[in-house]
Order: sequence, then structure tokens, then C-alpha cells
Amino acid sequence: MKPGHGEVLIAEGDVDVPEEHDELVAAFREQLDAGMWAAVPRATPGGRREAQMVSSFDDVPPDADRVIFFPRAAGGQ
Amino acid sequence: MLLAISASLIVILVLLWEVGWPVAAEKIARWRAGRAIVEIEGYDPGRERRAEQRARTLLRSCVNEEEWAMYRDLGFIRVWGGLSQGPMGDRDSRGTTYAYIIYPHKPIVAYLPQTRRLLSEYCVAFPDDTRPYGSARLPDSDDVLAKWMALTGDERRIIATANMHLPGRQVDPKQIKRDLWRLAKWEQARLREQRRGAGSVPAP
Repeated sequence: MKPGHGEVLIAEGDVDVPEEHDELVAAFREQLDAGMWAAVPRATPGGRREAQMVSSFDDVPPDADRVIFFPRAAGGQ
Repeated sequence: MLLAISASLIVILVLLWEVGWPVAAEKIARWRAGRAIVEIEGYDPGRERRAEQRARTLLRSCVNEEEWAMYRDLGFIRVWGGLSQGPMGDRDSRGTTYAYIIYPHKPIVAYLPQTRRLLSEYCVAFPDDTRPYGSARLPDSDDVLAKWMALTGDERRIIATANMHLPGRQVDPKQIKRDLWRLAKWEQARLREQRRGAGSVPAP
């Protein structure tokens, strides 16, 4: 998510392909180092939707089709 | 007699002036401020509109159908709370069902759905300090999605990060009560629609 733009595609690839996996990991780390939070939207077994916050690439569920990065929360005025 | 009436009228006028002028002056000042053109450097309304369209598409793809319809129709999303001790961790709200109302670029409001009692406001922002287009502010729907992800993904952390205030500090309690009433009506209408749909047989 970017101010003035909305959704921006950062990287895409197949985690089962080693080169693409490394690229995805690098892009993931870059975003977290820039201070972003990462979340994976998913459906629960009960049919509800929720997000799973992830702080490392290994936490990303294998069946996740995307990870959304958004600016870290800060206490507002 | 005439003198007494005139004196009384003058006194009444002076009193009215004393009471009414500060209120009128404030309203005039607000009206002028509302009409003032505020220059924002680098602001492009077209770009912001396109950003909001992308943000709405992303939001729709993440939340469920009911939440999306709620946002589309009412302008906010309700998220059920998941902490057993309540959002404030106090004895009063322990074990009770509570929920949050997420507005774009406004504090998250916690409330008790059974009584519609407002619990607190959680002021939280997602500023992007890189300011890619001169502003650190996300599009409205991205702000709602960020709050939704933070609340459903790690409610405890977002509540701990936010600045908590009593209800009414930024969001008018009357507006929230009105929105909760609108939400109840909206849900009733939706339920009726679903029942009607379940009872009917689709045309061949």
C-alpha cells in the first residue's frame, strides 16, 4: 500500500522455484527493513476472513497467494 | 411606561448580544475556514481517485462479502473483538462481546453491541514516511484495510500501539450512535433479503 497510489506489486514468483524463492525472500526482507508490516489475508475454516501478521518469510503459509505490506502503525493524535 | 419598556428592550438586546455573538462569531469563522482554499503541494485529485479505486479493489478482495457490503453501503466496517478480557482489560468488559467500528482516517471505536455503549477510541495511523507522492496518508480504503488487518491479525498489538481516549474525543458520539442504528437497520434489511432469497425458487 502506498499513499497516492494504492496497491503496488513488489515482487511475484513461485516459492518452489529456487531463484524466485530467493527473490521473494529478498523483497520480503527489504519491506520489513523499511519498517513495513506484513499480513496474509485468509479465510478461516468457519468462513470468516481475517489477516495473519507475519514477521518472517517462513511464517507465510505455504498456500498463501499474496503478502500485503503496509506502513507500521503508530499512535495517532 | 414607554421609558421602562424601552429600557427593558435595550437590556434584552444587550443580553442577547452577549450570549449570541460568541456563538455567531465562531460559526462565521468555521464557515470561512470551510470555504478557504488550502493549497496542498503535489496534490493531484485524479491520482488520488485512481489510488482510492485500487485500494477499494484490494479491500474487497481481502474482507468477506458482508464486510465489503457494509463498507460500500455505510462507509465503515465492524470487526468483532477477540480478547477475552475486553479491549480495555477492565473488569466491566471482561467476557462480554464487543466490537470495533473502523472508519477511514478516524479513530477505531470500541463498543458493546448489546447496549451500544461506547467504550473507547483508539487513535492509530499508518504513516508512510517515504511520502512517495508528497503525502504520508494512505487512500481511505487502504487505511480501513490496514486497520482491519491489524485488528484481525494481532488485536493486542494494535490496541497497545494506539493512543486510547474516551469516546467523543474525535468522533462525535451522536454520529457513532446514528451509525450503529444504521448498521442495525442495514443488517435487518439484509437478513430479510436473504430469507426472501432462500424462500424463492430461481426462474428457469
